Amino acid sequence: MGSKLLSKFNIKTNNKSFLYNISTYAIVVLAYIIIERLIFTNSITSLMKGLLVPLCTYSILAISLNLVVGISGELSLGHAGFMCIGAFSSAIFTKFMKEMGVQTIWIFIIAIIIGALVAAFFGFIIGIPVLRLRGDYLAIVTLAFGEIIKNVINAIYLGFDEKGVHISLQDTTSLNLSDNGFVIIKGAQGITASPKYSTFTIGVILLLITIFIVLNLINSRTGRSIMAIRDNRIAAESIGLDVTKYKMIAFTLSAGLSGMAGVLYAHNLSTLQALPKNFGYNMSITILVFVVLGGMGNVRGSIIAACILTLIPELLRSLSNYRMLIYAVVLIVIMLFTHKKEK
Amino acid sequence: MSFLSYFLSGLSLGSIYAIIALGYTMVYGIAKMLNFAHGDIIMVGAYMIFIFMNQLGINTFLAIILSGIFCTILGMVIEKVAYKPLRNATPLSVLITAIGVSYLLQNLALLIFGANTKAFTSVIALKPLSLFDGKLIISAESIITILICIIIMVILTLFINKTKNGQAMIAVSEDKSAATLMGINVNKTISITFAIGSFLAAIAGALLCSAYPSLTPTTGAMPGIKAFVAAVIGGIGSIPGAFIGGLVLGILENLSKAYISSQLSDAIVFSLLIIVLLVKPTGILGKNQNEKV
Repeated sequence: MGSKLLSKFNIKTNNKSFLYNISTYAIVVLAYIIIERLIFTNSITSLMKGLLVPLCTYSILAISLNLVVGISGELSLGHAGFMCIGAFSSAIFTKFMKEMGVQTIWIFIIAIIIGALVAAFFGFIIGIPVLRLRGDYLAIVTLAFGEIIKNVINAIYLGFDEKGVHISLQDTTSLNLSDNGFVIIKGAQGITASPKYSTFTIGVILLLITIFIVLNLINSRTGRSIMAIRDNRIAAESIGLDVTKYKMIAFTLSAGLSGMAGVLYAHNLSTLQALPKNFGYNMSITILVFVVLGGMGNVRGSIIAACILTLIPELLRSLSNYRMLIYAVVLIVIMLFTHKKEK
Repeated sequence: MSFLSYFLSGLSLGSIYAIIALGYTMVYGIAKMLNFAHGDIIMVGAYMIFIFMNQLGINTFLAIILSGIFCTILGMVIEKVAYKPLRNATPLSVLITAIGVSYLLQNLALLIFGANTKAFTSVIALKPLSLFDGKLIISAESIITILICIIIMVILTLFINKTKNGQAMIAVSEDKSAATLMGINVNKTISITFAIGSFLAAIAGALLCSAYPSLTPTTGAMPGIKAFVAAVIGGIGSIPGAFIGGLVLGILENLSKAYISSQLSDAIVFSLLIIVLLVKPTGILGKNQNEKV
């Protein structure tokens, strides 16, 4: 009798998460179809059109940070850094291919994979020392790491000619390029005239892939282990869960997804620069606001919060001065009213 | 000679970091929270001095004291409104709230004072010291900053070791519930800690903006983060640790700016943090703490 009830209960919860997952995909697809229809009938302003790719980018970033903050229970303030790595590693590749005269959609697909893998690799490397730390230390180290990435990219000059890759920390002339060579990264000026590949369709596909990966992770054995460690580290450790391994999985995957968002971001711009505005810790905190407002651990909430908080200041221009102020108040008020008690 | 001059200006920058780091380390030691808004109190303090001196024409010394009092009250109000309701919350919630407060202060300052850089008049109106026939020039700001840092260190150490309130702080930092049982008013002790930290932040703001006279709403953010890095490097919760961490960081930053690359100096400073945490996660003077089940 008891086991029967239990199995019934299990099926119910599975159905619930199944419905939740399906409806999340459905919302995104439906939104995509409606917007495409609006674009087709020309009833959408150019301002809105320009926001479509950023909306996808921010949604992916919010989901990826949610994986660390909501699911894994660690605070990372360095996600703008992973985004920066994804953006630059992929833009170096596409710029190089553009100079070589190759510009197809396949290049962009390869670029997305490169961006995600390089960011995930850095996430892994950073994760080894960082995940031994807890809470506040983790936040400050990831923040430091994000700033390191931004500073290093701002200082690098990278060029290419028939002899191979040239790297310098001074200026473009010290690269010693031959006449056939070309500069890819011009220090603080970043990558100029990079190809614009990002479209709304690709953005939505990447968003769906992200949702698919994260939702499947949450409902898997690995995801349950990650959440068990979040809820009670000592108890999880005592039943034999490898804390570092599961935290690593969440962190690396999250870094990779942020890198993917970075690729989308980079190829939506004609000039890619590592400014404090786009890759500084302000960006990391903006993403954190999306996650907190959407609900920590809630994938659908992250997407909705990212869209609302990006759209409102754009639509109400008079509010744009107050945008960050509103973000700040949102953070404090939500935390004061919804915080969890420590056991 | 140029090395000595870089070293001394690094020492002075490090002293400022040390003063800020003291605020971080005391609050972290007692309330077990990273007060992200601490750096922005520096900025508020500097703006207050700017208003008192340039717009109201108040005497320099009085302006610093008034700004200190303002920041002290601000710090205590922030603690009461934003942090006290979260006393038993998870560290993640507290940290996110602190980030929110930091953003609130920055954006309020942006709305009130505007984004334009304000030219801060140095609070130290003394001539630079010239040594070795003018080969080595030390600015008065550097000397005063280093002296003030040492004075603050001595006073703070005496306060903690010799007064009742100071002893209460040590007790609360070691075990909050045991301290309550001993009749210590934990809320009052935490409040005092925030008050001291915020007052020190105002002084740090005056010194920072005297040495680097450009004031914007984000002036305090980077020095705040670096000072926290200094506190972590020195061992968080330890007052001598904050002092050593601050000096090491300031000197490293200035020397790497001078000899390696000004673009990369921040990256080098932050790399030091990662290296220290890898080798000794509790910092140079930190104590190992065992987690109790």
